[in-house]
Parts: sequence; structure tokens; C-alpha cells
Amino acid sequence: MSTAEIDSTHPLELDQPRFSVKNPEARYDKQGDLSDAQRVETAMRYFVKDFGAVAATYLESCIHCGMCADACHFYVATEDPKYTPIWKLEPFKQAYKREAGPFAAIYRALNLKKKVTVEQLEAWQALIYDSCTLCGRCTLICPMGIDIASLVGLARHGMNQAGLVPHELWAVAERAQREGSPLGATPKVFKDRCEWLADENQVAIPVDKAQADVVVTMSSIEIMKYPDSIVATAKILNHLGLNWTFRSDGYEATNFGMLSGNSAWQQEASMKLIHATIAAGAKLLILPECGHAYGAMRWQGANIYGKPLPFRVLHISEFLAENTKNGAIKTKPLGKTLTFHDPCQISRRGGAIEAPRDVLNGLGAALIEMKDTKGVNWCCGGGGGVVTIHRADPIRYKAFQIKMKQVDDAGAELLVSSCSNCRQTFDDGQNHFHWDKTMLSLLELVADNLEDK
Amino acid sequence: MDLLQFARGPALTWAATVFMFGITWRLVGILLLKRSPDFSEARNATSWLGAVKLIITRSWPRREFRQRTLFAQSLGYIFHVGLVIILFGFAPHILFFKALTGLGWPNLPSAFIQLTSGITLAALIVVLVRRLSHPVLRLLSNFDDYFSWLVTFTPVATGMLAVAHFGARYETLLAIHLLSVALLLVWFPFGKLMHSALIFISRGTTGALFERKGASI
Repeated sequence: MSTAEIDSTHPLELDQPRFSVKNPEARYDKQGDLSDAQRVETAMRYFVKDFGAVAATYLESCIHCGMCADACHFYVATEDPKYTPIWKLEPFKQAYKREAGPFAAIYRALNLKKKVTVEQLEAWQALIYDSCTLCGRCTLICPMGIDIASLVGLARHGMNQAGLVPHELWAVAERAQREGSPLGATPKVFKDRCEWLADENQVAIPVDKAQADVVVTMSSIEIMKYPDSIVATAKILNHLGLNWTFRSDGYEATNFGMLSGNSAWQQEASMKLIHATIAAGAKLLILPECGHAYGAMRWQGANIYGKPLPFRVLHISEFLAENTKNGAIKTKPLGKTLTFHDPCQISRRGGAIEAPRDVLNGLGAALIEMKDTKGVNWCCGGGGGVVTIHRADPIRYKAFQIKMKQVDDAGAELLVSSCSNCRQTFDDGQNHFHWDKTMLSLLELVADNLEDK
Repeated sequence: MDLLQFARGPALTWAATVFMFGITWRLVGILLLKRSPDFSEARNATSWLGAVKLIITRSWPRREFRQRTLFAQSLGYIFHVGLVIILFGFAPHILFFKALTGLGWPNLPSAFIQLTSGITLAALIVVLVRRLSHPVLRLLSNFDDYFSWLVTFTPVATGMLAVAHFGARYETLLAIHLLSVALLLVWFPFGKLMHSALIFISRGTTGALFERKGASI
């Protein structure tokens, strides 16, 4: 299917509370004109393309104990066994054993593992995309230590190349690749927004400075839905007196290429940020309140670049924590209780677990931890691109109820996180359930409470 | 050559050969695959500590998961510990290992081994019933799961019968016991029983990768 056809058949709904395309009820979606046989062959080829010892170890090690189900919000919320995390990889396990494992020749000769069919892949589309946020909670329970989320990521590579991605996710990924943003935050829109926000808020927002020590990026969700984040970022960096800039050639940190499984699009998006930071001669790249953007650049950026990056990469919460601890950021005491939702890709899988807590400590907030917190926190249910997929709404809302209970049980006055995708998922859940809790941004909380110099 | 001679001789010899060759083939087939270099700036330089940590700590569930996994984990511990006690605590087994390696150690009382065998078999039966009845396990299970269960259960059961001289001549029971062990050895490299080796590689891999990032393990 061409881009024009996608846009006319499934037009993007940018005015909705969250982006989507029409016709969300389709059982499974296809892109392109490949035959069924080609789709299967392509899916398997790209699944094993980036395959190495790590993925092989994992696929060899599963003992079918089923414990991963007990860590997955989609299984716990529905008790439907098909949402068992390792089951989401069944066709890929089957293909690995038959085509690539140490005993593949025996499996093929005796037909002990059947060839994967396109019907299987179509049926698994909803499991690989709709019901996996790549949150990696299952990795923490697996007695064999298998990182199931990373395998789902590899499976998405195959599904993407085979043209078997849910339409909404594919459409926003394609749009991000074509326009530079999944939500229409093109370079021109971004610059206009910065100019308007600077005027409106009487704050300097430098864009495209030729040289800067710090390059800052945003997520498209912030640019289009939470523009106060741009203002908050500017206020804090100006407060610190840093030589910083946004760059219109590298401002958008979300990476829908990665979420949809398109390695080439992922690479293109990451290289924009890397080139922009190098062009500015910056020593620091700050990533926005976005979970997957952190994983894409902090942990995968250098590997896409092919060598160590010539600058540091920090999530905004890490940057705030560093400057809170060294006394550069001074804030007025908040004087309220709050609970913090750990974004999976930043805390559990990214390792920046204590940074937001250091910031909250600096704010003088009385932090009430949720029952399962930090690395074992329950996912909001919207990560991994799931919040874009409308047909996934029913199970996503079920999973979100786990989160709501966690938050309610904590009993804090405020609810804070450091991921705009989580924030968007919470806003959607709040609206759906008429919930009385509103998700706040850590970044905006700091900016709103800066002490006057 | 009678059945016992066959079981003690060619059957065990060939089974041990398949066992050794199969394990080597499978491990080499995995470990020799490419490992991409990681150019990202490590949060923790000593990633091997994470490997050691995960290998040890994943042996029991985290507090957050304990309630949902306690039964399965306890069951697993019961039959795994039972198998170890039987394999390394029973006097005839120790004599076998001594003949093979020259190493010996004190044995446990035979009655204790019989009791342990009974508990182990009971636990394995519960494991099977659970696999057949739990919706998640039933969905995940394939031939490997059931056959691996069978080749684990049979040596314990036949061993108990041989010690008790129950059901047939001792020589016949012993031969059947040895043949069941041979079957276990032959199947070992091909199925999930390999987890006894892979558990260290898999846990160690994740532990090292995650420690490097400071991610939760």
C-alpha cells in the first residue's frame, strides 16, 4: 500500500486526544504487496538478521514454566493465556528451531517443527504489537533470566519488513520518517511553536544556534500536546545559564522506527540527533520526557553510530538530578505528598531509577512509593506503541486498572512521571475511567517551582 | 550378552557419547554466534558482577512476584533438590561415580533416599498434573515438556522399584533402571533438560547486559 493510499484509507486523526487512524477494528493489517510466502520468508529473514549469541541463548533456554505470565499486566488483567509473554514469540521460536538452531537440520529433516505460515504471523500481530509494551517486567520474573522484551523487539523487525504491522503504528512510523515527526511536528511547525511559546511566556528559547554546549530534544507528544514542556525546559536551562539550543535538524527524539520494528527508519531518526549534536559542537545531548527515546539513543545510539558518541547522553530527569544534587537548581519546597510512576524504558530497562527520586527529594516532596515500584513497577500499558493502536484499547484499559489501583493505594496528593507517552496514556485512562488523578510532568514540576535568582 | 550387560555396557556408553557430543554441539552452536560490540557509555563498568548477581538472586522469586509464583517455585525446588539427593547421596550411585572419576564421598542412608525418591515422584506427578491443567502451561507445552518429564520420572521410579526388588528380578529391574538413565542421557542435549547448563549462560548474559546499563535485575 502506498503512502497516499494509507493516508486516504486510514487518515490520521490528529485532533483526537491521542493520535490514531480510522478503522481501528481490523483484525490484522498488512502493508505492501508481498505474497503470503514472501511475507513469511521476509519476516523470518529479518528476525534472524540481527540475531546473535544473546538471542539464541534466550530462545534455547525457555523451559515453558509460564511464570512470565504472572509478571505481564496484560495477562494478569485478563487471565487469558495467549498473553503469556513467551507465547507471543511462538512462531519465532518455531522458526528459530527449524531454521537457525544447533539442531535445525534434524528438525527440518524429520519435520519436527513445522514451517511458520502467514496465518500464524497474522494471528500473532496482535500479540507482538497490541499486547506487548516491551516493558520487560517479564524479564524480572523469568527463572532462566530470558529478556523476552528484546526478543519481541527482534520479532517486530521481521513483522515490519513483512508488512504485518498494525496500521496506526505503521502509519505514524511512516509519517515520522517522511515528515520528521509522527504528529506533524515538522521542523517548521517546531520552530513556529518555539517562537510562539517564547513570546507567550517571555522566555528565551534558542533554536538553531550554530554552536552550543548542550543540545536539547523533545518528543512529538510534548511538542504537539504538552508544549508547556518546551517552556519548562527553556526556563530551567536558562536558569542554569547554559549555552544551549534546540536544533531544527535534530529535535524530535521519539523513534517510531524502533517501535514499529523498522531498523532503517530507527537509524535515520537516531542519526539526525547525532549529527545535529555534533554539528553544534555540543558535549551533552538531553533527551526529553519520553521512555523509548531514552532506550533508542542512550543505549542504542552509539551502536547505530558504530562507535562511541562524542557527547554525553542524559535523560532530562538525570540532568535535573545532577543539577539538583550539585545545588545549581534550587526550588521552592513543594509541601505535598506525591507518588512517582517509573517509566519502564527509563527506570527498569534504562537504569535511571534514582534520578527522579533525587529531583523529588530536592523539591522537598514527601514521596510515597507505590507497592511495586522502581524496577518492578507496573507498566501504564501504553508503551511500545500500544497506545497508538486503537483495537488494543479494551485490553489496554484492563491493564491500566492495575496501574490505577497502585496509584490509589499509594494515597498521595500528586502523581508524577517523566515520560510523555506514559502521561498521554494516563490522560487517556483518566478520561476513560473518569478518574480523579492527573499525571504531572517531573520536568514541569521543577520548572514551576524554581526559586527566583 | 544379557539385558543387564547390555544396559551396563553399550547402552550407557553410547548414551554417554550422545550426551557429551550433543551438549557440546548445542552449546558451541549458540556460543559461537556473533556478539555485537556495545559502544554505549556504560553506567557500570563491572558488568560481570551483574552476571554473578543474577545467577544467584534469580534462584528465588522477588518479593513482588512471590505470591503468584510461590507454589510453582516450591514444587520446582522439591523435585530438583530431591533429584540431587538421589543422584549424589545414594551409595550405589556414589560407587558408580567413584569408578568413573575416582572421586567418592559419604552416602546418605538408604531409607532416607527412598523417602526422598517418594517425595520427588509425588512432586513430579503434581508437576505433570499442573502442566496438564493450568491454562498457561497447557498452551505452552509441547512434546519436549512431556518427554522430558517422562525421562526424568522413569529413572527415579525404576530406581525405587530396583531397590525394593519389586515387580521383577533385581537384575531385570536394574537393567530397566539403567536403560531409563540411558534414555535420559540421550534426550538431555536435545530438549529442555539442557536448562541445567543453559541457566547459567542465560542468567549470566542478562545479568551482565543489564548491570552495564544499571537496569533492574
